[in-house]
Amino acid sequence: MIGRAAVIALVAFMTLPTVVVIVVSVNPTAILSFPPTGFSLRWYVNALTYPQFQRAAVNSLLVTTAASLLAVPIGTAAALALERGRLRGRHVWATLLLSPLVVPGVAAGLGFLILAAGLGLLRSRAVLIVAHVALVMPFVVRSVWVSVKNLDPMLERAAASLGATPWRTFRRVTLPLLAPGLTAGLLFAVIVSANEFVVSLFVSNRVTEILPVAMFSYIVNYTDPTIAAMSSLFIGLTFAAVWLADRFFGLAAVFLLDLDR
Amino acid sequence: MRLLLAPALGVLAIFAVALGALFQYSVVAFIPGSLQTGGLTLANFRSVISSQYLGYVWDTVVLSLATTALTLVASYPVAYALARAPSRMVRSWLLVLTLAPFFTGAIVRTYAWILVLGNTVVTWPVPLLFTERGVLIGLVHFSMPTMILLLAAAISHVDPALERAAASLGARPARVFRRVTLPLSMPGIISGSLVVFAWTLSAFPTPELLGGGRVKMIANAVKDLALDSFNWPGAAAFAVVALALTLVLMGGLGRLAAGHEAE
Repeated sequence: MIGRAAVIALVAFMTLPTVVVIVVSVNPTAILSFPPTGFSLRWYVNALTYPQFQRAAVNSLLVTTAASLLAVPIGTAAALALERGRLRGRHVWATLLLSPLVVPGVAAGLGFLILAAGLGLLRSRAVLIVAHVALVMPFVVRSVWVSVKNLDPMLERAAASLGATPWRTFRRVTLPLLAPGLTAGLLFAVIVSANEFVVSLFVSNRVTEILPVAMFSYIVNYTDPTIAAMSSLFIGLTFAAVWLADRFFGLAAVFLLDLDR
Repeated sequence: MRLLLAPALGVLAIFAVALGALFQYSVVAFIPGSLQTGGLTLANFRSVISSQYLGYVWDTVVLSLATTALTLVASYPVAYALARAPSRMVRSWLLVLTLAPFFTGAIVRTYAWILVLGNTVVTWPVPLLFTERGVLIGLVHFSMPTMILLLAAAISHVDPALERAAASLGARPARVFRRVTLPLSMPGIISGSLVVFAWTLSAFPTPELLGGGRVKMIANAVKDLALDSFNWPGAAAFAVVALALTLVLMGGLGRLAAGHEAE
């Protein structure tokens, strides 16, 4: 069938670069070649022992953890308010909360850079973390909002009428029912923050830069397969995360696809 | 309940202050060799409408339109298979293969295309790396996961019974697709195209790395001004133009789309 062949060809187009990166990463020579002339893990050793990557990995861990821990509760609170708050003009509020998504990265990045310079915070990670919170929050709001919409208020009223305090109702009824949305929100927050590049490029320096920025600098300056090894590690981690998420939560639901007929 | 909105509004306020700083810098004078700025001026905007910078804007719009069209054509078959493949396992694999690049991040994906386009695997008959063609390929690849997801969501809401009804009344597969599936999946086509177009307008890493300095889109020009020439006011003016362009085009296209859906 022509249709099936087209789908296979297009999926191959999507996966081809990933395969090439992984193959190049185990090539023993410094010159990029394909097919590989042997098997070696030297570029992995190189990637993992390169001091700038180690420093950037620590920064990534710090920034992504801080941004996710801030964005998930803030975004969840906003999603609850959106659905339950009897707000006038709910659509306006929702649009406002999602608005950081439509601002071009260079505009936001340069804005935060000018702000950081004005506040004398160019050497701190504070602006980087706040920028990440702002960029990640829309994803959290969206994911949690879907769960809040599907939550039956009767269950909470039932708990309250049986004598549970508001806090206990929230902890034992609301929170567990929101778990799928919260997990999806957290997954998005971590992945978007860990991969954020444009804004981070503007508001970080050699000391505070996160992994995508460090990898970008390496690509600009060197041509050896170290980045292929680093990329393969990234791809492996991501693939594992996506597969696990699909296994346990069903990714289709997260993306509002109705696939389980 | 409404108080729960306060922390999020706080974050948005900081974001707004950052954009405010951008607007402020766009109208102050640049003093070469210094990060200090001079008095109020419109000189930054005047230099931004010079032919060099308008060229970047033109290239960006053309590349974004081409990317959107190609991405749509390349994504539809995959989205259709994702929504309609009979086997649950096939759908699951398609979803993971589609989503993996979505989550891998711009730098890793762009680096992969440097290897593929740069004659590492095969020698291409025409040069691709550091050309507009190469940038276009990278942008399409970058946009496909998003487009596929939005299209698949729309297609999965088209009742297959409608397609079967058309077929049983004698319509050939191509006609069923053109007259039933395609029109009913229009909301996904519109939202997917809008998102991809907007994202491509502000694309940065793909043209930066695959264009190798020879292909410049708006974001690359802003970065050159800001981080290489330290001309923050000039960069701010161009970034403001980019922001305005994005909002105007999105607003206009969004209105067109809303008109279409109302029909």
